[in-house]
Amino acid sequence: MQIKSPEFKQSARIALQDENLQKALGNLKAGFPGKRAAAVARMPEFEELRDQARDLKNHILEHLDLYLEEFEARVVENGGQVHWCRTSEDARKTILQICREQDAKTVTKGKSMVTEEINLNEYLEENGVRPVETDLGEYILQLRGDHPSHIIAPAIHLNLEDVSEAFHEHHKRPKSDDPAELMAEAREMLRKQFVAADVGITGANFLVAETGSTIIVTNEGNGDLTQTLPKTHIVVSSIEKVVPTLEDMSLFLRLLARSATGQEYSVYNTLSSGNRRPDDQDGPENFHVVLVDNGRSDMVGTQFQEMLRCIRCSACMNHCPVYGSVGGHSYGWVYPGPMGSVLTPQMIGIEKAGLLPNASTFCGKCEEVCPVRIPLPKLMRHWREKEFEKHLSPKAVRWGLGGWAFFAKRPGLYRLMSASASRFMRLLGGKKGKVSSLPMAAGWTDHRDMPVPTGKTFMQQWKARQKQESK
Amino acid sequence: MSSRAEIFANIRRGLRRSEATDAQREAVRERLQSHPRNRIPARSQHDHPAQVELFVRMAEEAAAEIVELDSLEQLPTAAADALEQKGQSELVLASDPTLTELGWAAVRTRVECHQRTGQVGDEASLTLAFAGIAETGTLMLYSRPESPTTLNFLPDTHLVVLSKQDIVGPYEDAWDRLREASPGRLPRTVNMITGPSRSADIEQKLQMGAHGPRQLVIFLIP
Repeated sequence: MQIKSPEFKQSARIALQDENLQKALGNLKAGFPGKRAAAVARMPEFEELRDQARDLKNHILEHLDLYLEEFEARVVENGGQVHWCRTSEDARKTILQICREQDAKTVTKGKSMVTEEINLNEYLEENGVRPVETDLGEYILQLRGDHPSHIIAPAIHLNLEDVSEAFHEHHKRPKSDDPAELMAEAREMLRKQFVAADVGITGANFLVAETGSTIIVTNEGNGDLTQTLPKTHIVVSSIEKVVPTLEDMSLFLRLLARSATGQEYSVYNTLSSGNRRPDDQDGPENFHVVLVDNGRSDMVGTQFQEMLRCIRCSACMNHCPVYGSVGGHSYGWVYPGPMGSVLTPQMIGIEKAGLLPNASTFCGKCEEVCPVRIPLPKLMRHWREKEFEKHLSPKAVRWGLGGWAFFAKRPGLYRLMSASASRFMRLLGGKKGKVSSLPMAAGWTDHRDMPVPTGKTFMQQWKARQKQESK
Repeated sequence: MSSRAEIFANIRRGLRRSEATDAQREAVRERLQSHPRNRIPARSQHDHPAQVELFVRMAEEAAAEIVELDSLEQLPTAAADALEQKGQSELVLASDPTLTELGWAAVRTRVECHQRTGQVGDEASLTLAFAGIAETGTLMLYSRPESPTTLNFLPDTHLVVLSKQDIVGPYEDAWDRLREASPGRLPRTVNMITGPSRSADIEQKLQMGAHGPRQLVIFLIP
């Protein structure tokens, strides 16, 4: 996926005026937050589970090398192979190599954000292997040459007409505007692909060290067909997804669906442990786990380590006023919303992603709903500090902050200036009590009036009140 | 340096240590061996009849159909009834003797039975659940020669037999049973299934029957 994060401001401006996108985003806001709240209300232990999940993730990260070693040993015992990939390029090459060994022409894919992160589809196509997305949302996007705008609801930016149009064009069938019919059409089309595929690629929500298992969590069942029918199953996942035991996995699963879709449990939670057993009648003969690092190991021991607790539920973006206004594509890369604003700078560099941690109102809702209690606003602030230290912030910001610091260090002058500014604005506001345009504040006044101060500064009011009280 | 070595070196550098200490290794070994339970929600911590009731309620909430039978012998007729209702007449059985040795001959005019793996175009399948998890109305099945995984996903209708005795409260009880049933290593595939397939990928409107079975019928036997 082409990196467009440096264009965040332009993309956001266009997104705000895109009526279709705004309509589609309405579906997100009307759905996810309410469903999550209802699911949480039914689970009195939810807050305690969040505490335990946070602590367990911290324990895992402190012992990450050990759990990864255990996981690898069990996968091998189960008849599988583990491939370690430091970079996206390593991962792409490894996966292509496995496909070539199988002489693969067609690869079916379950939903996987890590494969988006490593830009797998494009690479496979360039090398003569045809990837077929099988998750309904991802399938729609692939037909349109589009990319996911959300980590669990990839086509959330589209409306029914868009899907209808894409299916009509590619399936050569009469146009339908019934979602049920459209889904049945996708089901029928993909049935053939599932059977034709030589290799099936899925992601993994967790890797279980105790048993060497990977698990996928889905509602459609496409991931299961993807990994059961072809001769070879490749799991593409990342190193921070390891958990110690089945019991520990269950703790996270209790949080995942409720935080994501508000379901009690997703329809299909499927564990894969190695390849098919000697007498089994179906299942893959080859099992590979491709573990992607891509900057994650660099986060261990840093101020961003807490981000490695993320279980990719999407609650942070579902509740984010910025995401809800501009949509996922505005963020310009794979991971949008608050979690993306922390992760993207790590993966593509703060030079390119600097605007993302700044695109936050710091309302704190993301942290409030995060199932593993990642302090997302704090981590975004750390990126802002890094950006400032590297002299990457825009000149206006640096000068503005410099100017403010000059006055803040001289309290007398500061009070004088703020008192006169306050009086000046009061005059400007007149009887309306509002200003509709201000120099250097068009970003605010273009969209709404600026309410004017009451005329007296805090310090003046404070002094007046002290005088009153001492009387 | 290999990718693997580089990743491990990086992690250890971040953790400010070279190799792990004995105490750290012990903590990891201990957790993996004793697999302690985390907080288990109170909702499933009741006596067995209450767990069965919870299972039924949660499975129905997830849009599974529940049919209670007095005995396993009633299954062929009940399965034929269920298929008839859906306008189906072909059934692929998992080759488990518990299922295959039932009196299917009695319903042969209504149901054509096969024993094989699942195939594209299959109308219905019948498999045996390993456990039912009351907490969320979830079925647990696993792959073995007598229960191919494709039967759980390819047919339009999935019929599953579950014995009430195999209903447990939380997931953790099912893990303990699975460790006992499959000592040393897990089966290739373990499926936890909660209701029939669905998707809300078009405008966040829920539609049933995406890629997996459109209907899930659970036959509860004593």
